Amino acid sequence: MVLVLMDQSKASMETLTLARKFGRPQHSVRMDAIIPFAPDAVAAILALVADDLDASAIFAAGTERGNDVMARLAARTGQPFAANCVDAEPGSPVSVTRLRWGGSLLESALLHSPRPLITVAPNTLSVEAEPAPIEVDAKPFIAHLEETDLAVRVSDHVDTTGGGVSLAEAKVVVSGGRGVGSKEGFAIIEELAGLLGGAVGCSRVVTSAGWRPHSDQVGQTGTKIAPDLYIACGISGATQHMAGCKGAKRILAINADAEAPIMLNADYAVVGDLKEIVPAISAELRKSR
Amino acid sequence: MRVLVCVKRVPFTGGKMVLAADSMSLETKHLGFTISPHEECGVEEAVRLIEANGGESVVLTLGPPEAVEQLRDAMALGIDRAIHLQTEGAEWDPEATAAAIVDAIRADEAASGPFDLIFFGNESADSGGFQVGLRVAGALGRPAVTGLKGVRLDGASVRCEQEVDGGRDVYVLLMPAVLGVKEGLNLPRYPSVPGRMRAGRKPVAVSTPSRPAARLELVLLVVPPGQGRRAEVLGNGAAAAPAVVEMMRKIGVA
Ligand SMILES: Cc1cc2nc3c(=O)[nH]c(=O)nc-3n(C[C@H](O)[C@H](O)[C@H](O)COP(=O)(O)OP(=O)(O)OC[C@H]3O[C@@H](n4cnc5c(N)ncnc54)[C@H](O)[C@@H]3O)c2cc1C
Repeated sequence: MVLVLMDQSKASMETLTLARKFGRPQHSVRMDAIIPFAPDAVAAILALVADDLDASAIFAAGTERGNDVMARLAARTGQPFAANCVDAEPGSPVSVTRLRWGGSLLESALLHSPRPLITVAPNTLSVEAEPAPIEVDAKPFIAHLEETDLAVRVSDHVDTTGGGVSLAEAKVVVSGGRGVGSKEGFAIIEELAGLLGGAVGCSRVVTSAGWRPHSDQVGQTGTKIAPDLYIACGISGATQHMAGCKGAKRILAINADAEAPIMLNADYAVVGDLKEIVPAISAELRKSR
Repeated sequence: MRVLVCVKRVPFTGGKMVLAADSMSLETKHLGFTISPHEECGVEEAVRLIEANGGESVVLTLGPPEAVEQLRDAMALGIDRAIHLQTEGAEWDPEATAAAIVDAIRADEAASGPFDLIFFGNESADSGGFQVGLRVAGALGRPAVTGLKGVRLDGASVRCEQEVDGGRDVYVLLMPAVLGVKEGLNLPRYPSVPGRMRAGRKPVAVSTPSRPAARLELVLLVVPPGQGRRAEVLGNGAAAAPAVVEMMRKIGVA
C-alpha cells in the first residue's frame, strides 16, 4: 500500500505514475485536508494515516508545499527523505535518481528506510493513465492532532499579481543579462516583449545590480519558465540561469560572443551587439504589421 | 535579540557541469565558491535585524576547512561571529547535517541564550535536499516556515510571507522560530573594505563532529543529457532581424 499526498497539480499526476512502481492500491491524502493550510498538521495526518494503513512508502509532488510537508514528516518520524526524484526503484535500500542544482545535475542515491519518503520533481515524467487513488477521509485523523501541529498556519493572503503578462505563464519571454548594461538599457527589451505580447525576464547579475526586481529573475533561484520562445539577450548561459529556462520550447540567444556557453543550449543565435539587434527586430516586427 | 543564519559552501559552476574523476563530486579545481543566493538573503536579513534591534548575529556552516571563506564573507557583511562544524570534505546527508547543527545550536544556546530566529536558505544550491532547516526546527520543537519572501518582526512574533501561486500566504509565528528564506527577500549589500578587515578579526569557533552513516547515500553524479546542441546562427548584427522575425512566424509567436 502506497500513500500519496495529492493536490490539483499535474505534478501530482506524475507522482502517481512514479508511485505505481511501489505497489497498489494507492491511497491519497489531500494537501488541503485542513483549511487554512497548516503544514505540520498535514505531515501529522500523513504519519497517522501511514501507520493506520501500514503504508510501505509515501510520495508527494516536489512542489514547494510537497517538499515542505514531506520534510516535516521526515523530521517527525526520524526517517530519511529524497526530494525531487525523477526515478525510483523499490527495494531495500530504494534506489532513486534525483535533481541537483535545480536540474542541472542528476544524482543516483540509495534511500535506507523502512518507509521511503519521496517527492517527484515536477515536469520530468510523462503521465500515464492511472486509476484514481482511494482518498482517505482525514477527519478522524484531524481529531488526533496536537495543538502544536496547528501552531504554523496560514492566517492571511497578499495578492501580488500586478498587471501584465506573468513570467511563469508567458508564451514569449524576452530576457536581458549583464550585456544590457543598465536599468535604462531595458527599454529595448521591454519594447520587444511588448510587441510579442510577452514578459520581460532577466539574469541574476541584473537583479543583484538593482536594474530589475527579483520577480523578473529567471533561474534556479528565480522563476522557472516554459514559454514557446525564450529570447536571451546578453546572457552567458550559466547553468543556474539555464535551470530556469530549460522548459522553453525554443531558445534564441543574442550575444556578442559566438562562443558563449548559451550557444550550446540555444536553438537559434544572432551574434552581435544586442543594442543594435533588439531594436532592429522590433522595427522588423512593426514593419510587417 | 539573537539571530543565527546557516549557510553552505558550494562551487560557483559556470557554463557547464564537469564531474571529478570518481563522479562523486564536481570538478572544482578551476571554480570559485559561494553560498546560495537564498542564504545570502538570510545573512542580509540577520544583519538588518541586529542593526535595527541590537543583539548578536551568528553564522554557522558545516563544511570543509575552506568553508571559513564563506563564514568570513558573512562576517564582512556584518555578522558578529561564526561557528564552523568542520568536515573532511565529503558531503554529509541532510539528516546528519541537521543533527550536527542541532547539537551546535544547543551548545551555543546553553552558553549564550536562545536564538530568537534561525535562518536557513530554502534549499541548498547544490544538493537541493529541501529539509535541513525543517529537521532542525523539528528537533528543537520550534515553529518553521519555508519559501519566505518577506519577514517582519511584530513584538514577540514574526510575520512571514511565503511565495505561492498568485501571491503570498502569511503566517504569524511566535519566536523562537526557524525560517527558510528565498532570494528576493531583500537586496543583499556588498561587503565594504573595512567590513572585510573587521571580518578577519571576528571569532570563528571550530569543532569537528563525527559523520554518521548516510541514510540518503550518494552513489554517483551524472550530467544530464541534452546539453551540447549547437545553435543555428540566424545571422550577425542588425541584419539578422528579418531572419529572426521569419523564425518567429514559423513557430507561431509573431
Ligand atoms: C547557487 C547559485 C544560484 C544562481 N541562480 C541564478 C538564477 O536564478 N538566475 C541567474 O540568471 N543566475 C543565477 N546565478 C548566477 C549565474 O551563475 C551567473 O552568474 C549569471 O546567470 C550570469 O548572468 P549574465 O549571463 O547576465 O552575466 P554574464 O555571465 O556576465 O554574461 C554576460 C553576457 O553578455 C554578453 N554581452 C555583453 N555585452 C553584450 C552586448 N552589448 N550585446 C550582446 N551580448 C553582450 C557577453 O558575451 C556575456 O555572454 C546563480 C549562481 C549560483 C552560484
